[in-house]
Amino acid sequence: MQSDVPRRPGRGLARGIPAVLSVVSAFLIWETYVRLSGISPLMLPAPSRVLDQIVLNRALLWDNMVPTLKATFAGFALSLTVAFSLSVVLDFMPRVRRALFPIFVVSQTLPLVAIAPLVVLWFGFDLTPKVLLVALVTFFPMLVALVDGYGATDPEIEDLMRAMGATRGQIFRSARFPSAMPYFFAGLRISITYAVVAAIFAEYVGARAGLGIVILNAKNSFRPDLVLAAVVISSALTLVLFAITALLQRVVLRWREVGSTR
Amino acid sequence: MSLLDIQNVSVTFGATAILDEISLHVAKGEFVSILGPSGAGKSTIFRLLTGAARHDSGKITYNGQPLATKHHGFGFMPQRDALMPWRRIIDNLTLGLEVQGIHRKNARAQVTPLLADFGLDGFARHYPSQLSGGMRQRAALLRTIAQNRPVQLLDEPFGALDALTRTQMQAWFEMRWRAARWTTLLVTHDVREAVALSDRIYVLSRRPARVIAEVHVPAPRPRMGRRVSAEAHAVEAQLLEILLNQTGETL
Repeated sequence: MQSDVPRRPGRGLARGIPAVLSVVSAFLIWETYVRLSGISPLMLPAPSRVLDQIVLNRALLWDNMVPTLKATFAGFALSLTVAFSLSVVLDFMPRVRRALFPIFVVSQTLPLVAIAPLVVLWFGFDLTPKVLLVALVTFFPMLVALVDGYGATDPEIEDLMRAMGATRGQIFRSARFPSAMPYFFAGLRISITYAVVAAIFAEYVGARAGLGIVILNAKNSFRPDLVLAAVVISSALTLVLFAITALLQRVVLRWREVGSTR
Repeated sequence: MSLLDIQNVSVTFGATAILDEISLHVAKGEFVSILGPSGAGKSTIFRLLTGAARHDSGKITYNGQPLATKHHGFGFMPQRDALMPWRRIIDNLTLGLEVQGIHRKNARAQVTPLLADFGLDGFARHYPSQLSGGMRQRAALLRTIAQNRPVQLLDEPFGALDALTRTQMQAWFEMRWRAARWTTLLVTHDVREAVALSDRIYVLSRRPARVIAEVHVPAPRPRMGRRVSAEAHAVEAQLLEILLNQTGETL
């Protein structure tokens, strides 16, 4: 009893056409404007020039992408661990939730511009402050998603499990945690788009290497083309991470993809 | 000797009296229905038995012993199927056994031979969303039966189905019940369903619920899938009259 509607081949590709068209035309307009207006590349470099810079500086960009990626992954791993552990504690202890949640909300109101230099001041120019800042920025959407997701569990399923004699832990594992997965992935997608940006910002404030440093140095030497080259790399990183998340979601939430016969 | 005995049980939630001196009993292998108007508090009786609610007065004994707060002698089937959409059918069926601490692999081995009888052969690896309403309900029933509990509590198990599927499910269920003779307590507001399936029927009043009648159903089985017998017809008429009388309305 599979879905009656067969998947048309190439449908996914066809759906992507409008997006590709709009992006390509934006770049074409940009390129045309730069060429026709004769604006200085020190003000606004053409996309073709940015592309040239990427090729020319590929070694520099690669060497600085690695530390950024490290900070992003380490920060995200920390954030995921903290968000999940906290979510479990908060789910089992509503009082703790009421006590701690305001603190988490306040942590999200801190302007990164102000807090980043302090974190660098406290923890130096190594990996640590970058990891902490990435974690600070990304953990909240995941925590909120998990806590909300647990709360969205079908009460009938919980009643059923209680009637079966399930413990609170069994109900969490078998009902509340799986129920939260769609919510978790929504939060994860938001978090992952913040992660690279947060790492670059932390580097910008103070680090030995990283895309943030490339951007800082390029800006100081009036090289907007190189700034944009680093920006392209950082965007590409975020897009790749986003794609990995989407792929993971398709695997974990496969039950939502199967067709209904009703 | 009754297996389950509920004596003069009353329940009040806040200022609202839900159950008023309810007494009923179920013997081993017996099929008993609780029939009453919607919102009468029928499901509250199940909540008492599964430990989800406490009674204020009265006594509930199981096998002659007072019912412990953590008693799990009952397989419970809720109104809606409450299948977990993220679990495949086979893993939904083993849920109760897993809760009892049985390893998933062993639980699957216990459940798999039952699939055919419940019309779920070949659907073990499907997700609930891929099944029809009737199949989901059969899966929910099998999940209940698979727990090997001595008493089955069925809370309007066919209430959410369309009329045709419901009739098919009732006929199928009667056949299965005649083969297995599970001790069953069924909550329903469907007179025909109660008469078709039960040995005895308790009729509840509107809230606060009291037992206003206890009716034996002498009609021969099987009762579904053939013309309604004269005995069954008489009982149906009698039940309808009781239900209508106590609501103060007449035909």
